[in-house]
Amino acid sequence: MSQNAEKVLDHFNLFREPEYTNLFENKRKEFEFMPPDAQVEEVREWAKTAEYQEKNFAREALVVNPAKACQPLGAVFAAVGFEGTIPFVHGSQGCVAYYRSHFSRHFKEPTSCVSSSMTEDAAVFGGLNNMIDGLANTYNMYKPKMIAVSTTCMAEVIGDDLNAFIKTSKEKGSIPEEYDVPFAHTPAFVGSHITGYDNVMKGILQHFWDGKAGTVPALERKPNESINFLGGFDGYTVGNLREIKRIFGLFGIDYTIIGDNSDVWDTPTDGEFRMYDGGTTLEQTANSLNAKATISMQEFCTEKTLPFIAEHGQEVVALNHPIGVKGTDKLLMEISRLTGKAIPAELEKERGRLVDAIADSTAHIHGQKFAIYGDPDLCYGLAEFLLELGAEPTHVLATNGGKAWEKKMQELFDSSPFGKNCKVYPGKDLWHMRSLLFTDPVDFLIGNTYGKYLERDTGTPLIRIGFPIFDRHHKHRYPVWGYQGGLNVLVWILDRMFDAIDANTNIPAKTDYSFDIIR
Amino acid sequence: MSLTVEQVKQRNKDLIKEVLEVYPDKTAKRRAKHLGTFEEGKPDCGVKSNIKSVPGVMTIRGCAYAGSKGVVWGPIKDMIHISHGPVGCGQYSWASRRNYYIGTTGIDTFVTMQFTSDFQEKDIVFGGDKKLEKIIDEIQELFPLNHGITVQSECPIGLIGDDIEAVSKKKNKEYNGHTIVPVRCEGFRGVSQSLGHHIANDAVRDWIFDKAGDKHPEFQTTPYDVAIIGDYNIGGDAWSSRILLEEMGLRVIAQWSGDGSLAELENTPKAKLNVLHCYRSMNYISRHLEEKYGVPWVEYNFFGPTKIAESLRTIANFFDDKIKEGAERVIAKYQPLMQAVIDKYRPRLEGKKVMLYVGGLRPRHVIGAYEDLGMEIVGTGYEFGHNDDYQRTTHYVKDGTLIYDDVTGFEFEKFVEAVQPDLVGSGIKEKYVFQKMGVPFRQMHSWDYSGPYHGYDGFAIFARDMDMAINNPVWGLTKAPWKSAA
Repeated sequence: MSQNAEKVLDHFNLFREPEYTNLFENKRKEFEFMPPDAQVEEVREWAKTAEYQEKNFAREALVVNPAKACQPLGAVFAAVGFEGTIPFVHGSQGCVAYYRSHFSRHFKEPTSCVSSSMTEDAAVFGGLNNMIDGLANTYNMYKPKMIAVSTTCMAEVIGDDLNAFIKTSKEKGSIPEEYDVPFAHTPAFVGSHITGYDNVMKGILQHFWDGKAGTVPALERKPNESINFLGGFDGYTVGNLREIKRIFGLFGIDYTIIGDNSDVWDTPTDGEFRMYDGGTTLEQTANSLNAKATISMQEFCTEKTLPFIAEHGQEVVALNHPIGVKGTDKLLMEISRLTGKAIPAELEKERGRLVDAIADSTAHIHGQKFAIYGDPDLCYGLAEFLLELGAEPTHVLATNGGKAWEKKMQELFDSSPFGKNCKVYPGKDLWHMRSLLFTDPVDFLIGNTYGKYLERDTGTPLIRIGFPIFDRHHKHRYPVWGYQGGLNVLVWILDRMFDAIDANTNIPAKTDYSFDIIR
Repeated sequence: MSLTVEQVKQRNKDLIKEVLEVYPDKTAKRRAKHLGTFEEGKPDCGVKSNIKSVPGVMTIRGCAYAGSKGVVWGPIKDMIHISHGPVGCGQYSWASRRNYYIGTTGIDTFVTMQFTSDFQEKDIVFGGDKKLEKIIDEIQELFPLNHGITVQSECPIGLIGDDIEAVSKKKNKEYNGHTIVPVRCEGFRGVSQSLGHHIANDAVRDWIFDKAGDKHPEFQTTPYDVAIIGDYNIGGDAWSSRILLEEMGLRVIAQWSGDGSLAELENTPKAKLNVLHCYRSMNYISRHLEEKYGVPWVEYNFFGPTKIAESLRTIANFFDDKIKEGAERVIAKYQPLMQAVIDKYRPRLEGKKVMLYVGGLRPRHVIGAYEDLGMEIVGTGYEFGHNDDYQRTTHYVKDGTLIYDDVTGFEFEKFVEAVQPDLVGSGIKEKYVFQKMGVPFRQMHSWDYSGPYHGYDGFAIFARDMDMAINNPVWGLTKAPWKSAA
């Protein structure tokens, strides 16, 4: 017995004690009927080979460890960015339990969202009654300013018509006639979470700008000088949007962040639970029609929303999750161009500080090879930053990346001498990445929490940047956008590099001559 | 502010009335049946259960897929569980339940991996059976040491009329009897995770026992063979349970399903006794094993020393004196550790009030562990319990305990606000709500990334965790000093 009351052993120590290691050994030997160790070893080695990689890349149907989620997750992400808004997901209820858990594990915050709880009878007769009752319940219980409706795959497969259902619900009196219920169909079997973000964002703008599903006249655009900003699906939304507000503040311009979820996912612990906090007001959302231009930080998150906005007469600018010096330069120059305002001296100074930091540290990063995976725009922004650090983004993989993204990534590689040996992998998953890390090893891996399995199996040190991050805390509170954000990313990369060097040089009398005190 | 039982009952009644006022009439009527107060002497808790959730209320429940893939099947380590349908379900349930296991992941074990058929629009339109066939072929090629495959249906499968049973049979033949199990756990079936457990149990019965027969005739049995049923090895729970059964002289031939292998499932009919922890999710297969193979089953509770000792003796009573003596020896061996834990933590936790809202067995099973620490359960409820759970709960709860079945986010907040417990034990979706309110909280699904909580070793961790939650300096910081004390 190793457990003791004075120093309680946690699972990570307890089960290493002999009473447990014996138990494991005995269980395996006597009862599990697992393959012999030699065979396991043989297959483990085979799975590292080029031959295995070839079979792995020949997969046509099976997906293993994908780096993407489904549309409805992005729908919820977008909807909670509006003031007093509750996302209402029409379909099976288990989905909503999953989205709420997923976001809460990443942000360490509550995520409020309801379901219409459709079951077998709804599968047969349609979910109209669930919608009618559900909207009434949500409206009465949670007193939202707006209910944003999206769908799960169940509702999509049976073909429920949201527009008609919401109309009927209003006719039946579940919610007032004039109450705002924007909607978007978000089938899980099309695209990914970034598509869901796009559809809901477009659905909400369409609702306010184009006459609330035919119930009021469409708004007429009265152009003003303000700028709209769309962040896209972003695990760093809390830190990033605050940084963006600071930047806009320094410019001294009118702006609207459409879908500002930075407060609702960062509420204080002060005795009060805020189900709603911050967010883009409904008035701002309607008025955003009048803006001069809209900047999207993530082109591939706004493939439908941006053209929709452009059709309404605004100039639109699509960026690719800019990280680092050149990316931020472009963002600021676009803001400056659109508004006619000069780039604030304060920001120029911050730029210089980021360049200074890069110059201080570049020797450690220069020539290092990286594998990156994540959402298409994030991959682009990270790769662009690595190139300007003199590193090589050797493998860049986005499960939800398509042909347009592939082309764009290739153009980026072609623009830099450090991109010469880099390759882009659209539509691939982390089991593909595993093969790549064995057959064409890199020095570091950048990805979300699931990258830790790749780190364990291939020994490639993981730098956690992406979504979700479940096993490290509070990273989402830091921006990765702006020069300040670039500095954060630089430091995260450097910290992991130095940790790796230290871990590789710490054996006394063997490797510790390189265990340097100054690096 | 200690109230009499009668005052508590009156308060609960008023509280329930107040909460129901927010709902439209129809919903208030429906929800009223799920909220109540336990009355001493009654055969159940006076609430209805296992009924459809009301739309739009923020139920905490999940779905049948979560019950099958997430709970029952997912932990079987040497099988590959395909999340069959769109990508999301598998993604959100990927490795999040902390079902510990020993194995070389990706080679001979696969629990913390996400295998999905990633349905696209064309699969919905034309059906996914061909794709499933190809997926099985690709699994066989890339993961040759897998011992079997399960097909965990997501919502669309049942709606588009796919025949996953036919595909499974065909591929089973093609791969020389390789175990392939179709599971009809589409998320829209039933009212919660619970039907998913049942469907998963039935799939074991039909596709492991009935179809496969005895796959390990050489397996030698003893008179002391037992199987652990309904322990998912969250944070290692099944291990800190198994060790006690082994120490008392029993031989644990299978774990269902935490750290379990297919062979362990297959050999379970050879057990002399099935010991059942999570009654809710695995009573079905236990009953089947009794009816068909004559293996008796007994429920046990390994939370807290009182219940552990009681359970060890109950289990031992199925065996001879050697095992009975073994049980006493184990109880005596751990007694000093338990005393030390209680001596250390009870003074810090005595009289603290707890509200629970969990799934499976925990709304009742953990009560004894809290009571061992001098704590009191003032409210409890089941996410997906049935009436037989509420009947069993009567043995645990005190007169006047507030009961809430399938509680809504709104109700739970209001109840906690009014009752003001010292600790809430529930899930990740609830955790931050209550912490914002300044109420100490522990996740009682994932053990808040700690554990194990089962067995004697687990109780030490449980006690430490409850203490660190409640007696944490952070709760003294929630009010800014310049704000007047409320």
